[in-house]
Amino acid sequence: MSILSKSAHEALVKPLNLDNPVVVQILGICSALAVTSQLEPAIVMGLSVTVITAFSNLIISLIRKSIPNRIRIIVQLVVVASLVTIVSQVLKAFAYDVSVQLSVYVGLIITNCILMGRLEAFAMMNGPWESFLDGIGNGVGYAIILVIVGFVRELLGSGSLFGFQVIPDACYNIGYMNNGMMTMPAMSLIIVGCVIWAHRSMNKEAK
Amino acid sequence: MEHLISLFVRSIFVDNMIFAFFLGMCSYLAVSKNVKTALGLGVAVTFVLLITVPVDYLLQTEVLETAGSLNPGVDLTFLSFILFIAVIAGIVQLVEMIVERFSPSLYAALGIFLPLIAVNCAIMGASLFMQQRITMPDTNSQAILNVWDSIAYALGSGIGWLLAITCLAAIREKMAYTDVPKPLQGLGITFITVGLMAMAFMCFSGLNL
Repeated sequence: MSILSKSAHEALVKPLNLDNPVVVQILGICSALAVTSQLEPAIVMGLSVTVITAFSNLIISLIRKSIPNRIRIIVQLVVVASLVTIVSQVLKAFAYDVSVQLSVYVGLIITNCILMGRLEAFAMMNGPWESFLDGIGNGVGYAIILVIVGFVRELLGSGSLFGFQVIPDACYNIGYMNNGMMTMPAMSLIIVGCVIWAHRSMNKEAK
Repeated sequence: MEHLISLFVRSIFVDNMIFAFFLGMCSYLAVSKNVKTALGLGVAVTFVLLITVPVDYLLQTEVLETAGSLNPGVDLTFLSFILFIAVIAGIVQLVEMIVERFSPSLYAALGIFLPLIAVNCAIMGASLFMQQRITMPDTNSQAILNVWDSIAYALGSGIGWLLAITCLAAIREKMAYTDVPKPLQGLGITFITVGLMAMAFMCFSGLNL
């Protein structure tokens, strides 16, 4: 890790586990729950959020000294909204099916608390390079949780991953059945609850 | 009239902002520790929704769309995110000033959560769903055809959110006295509670008006 200084390294790695935006800071729950019924939209959503957090952190950190304090929220929202517009147009052009599946949740990245939270707590006070890494770290930390929840829900809910069936037909012949409950929105809350539970008990042991 | 009532009731129970779409989760989890503040925030969210959704509806149909009367022939719908969030931020600022002027006690009770309504996903979400519903055919019971429909939808969504946050706050007040496993305490158990509530609300999904 000779390329990264200690503080930059910390900004990148800490949000992945110990300071995870979803399960520890409880930010950006809305979209984490809504898009995870399958693995593919979960990954696309995770990637989009990573790109947007990284670049919004970078831009805000570059202009942080010239933003008047009173109107900073509006400035931040405008920067984020422009980035989200770009991402949404790119998704519509190159991954139309997924963008239809994500429907309004792409637009809702604007109000995703991870973005505002990181901008306020980190990018307003730190240099561009650290902010950029912090954005990537938080985006990836968010994506990890999305992938875990999406994996469990798609595997148990429809017996497939990325739309390919992984549970062999023989199991169904014996009497195995998909749990239809898993594809319902309610289950994602319970799975995230369990992820938080597991995460907290694991980290306690690590200390 | 029937269409208005159907929209209103469906947006409270069937398309509930919290239980069906998980919108506004962050403040929902953070402010639901006691019933009184939860109720105050619920009312504020309903009020902001009631203003922003009709305003965004008019902007969408009159300004952004090709058929709009202000700029015929130009399709500006790609600007909708920026425009909607600017309207929301502006109106939240306005509400904050009004509340501060006329009811200082409510202003003090809501504190930081009043400006945070601007980044509440429920508000932005309602505007974006409204944008989707405009394109639905007339016969669809969820379609939003004119500004009155958008008001009914906004009011219903707001009341649905208010209902959800008040219920959760009441449960959490009682839950303070229960013996929950240590790592599950606080947020873990709250998530599972909300999950169970969402399952209960799923029984409304067959509701047909």
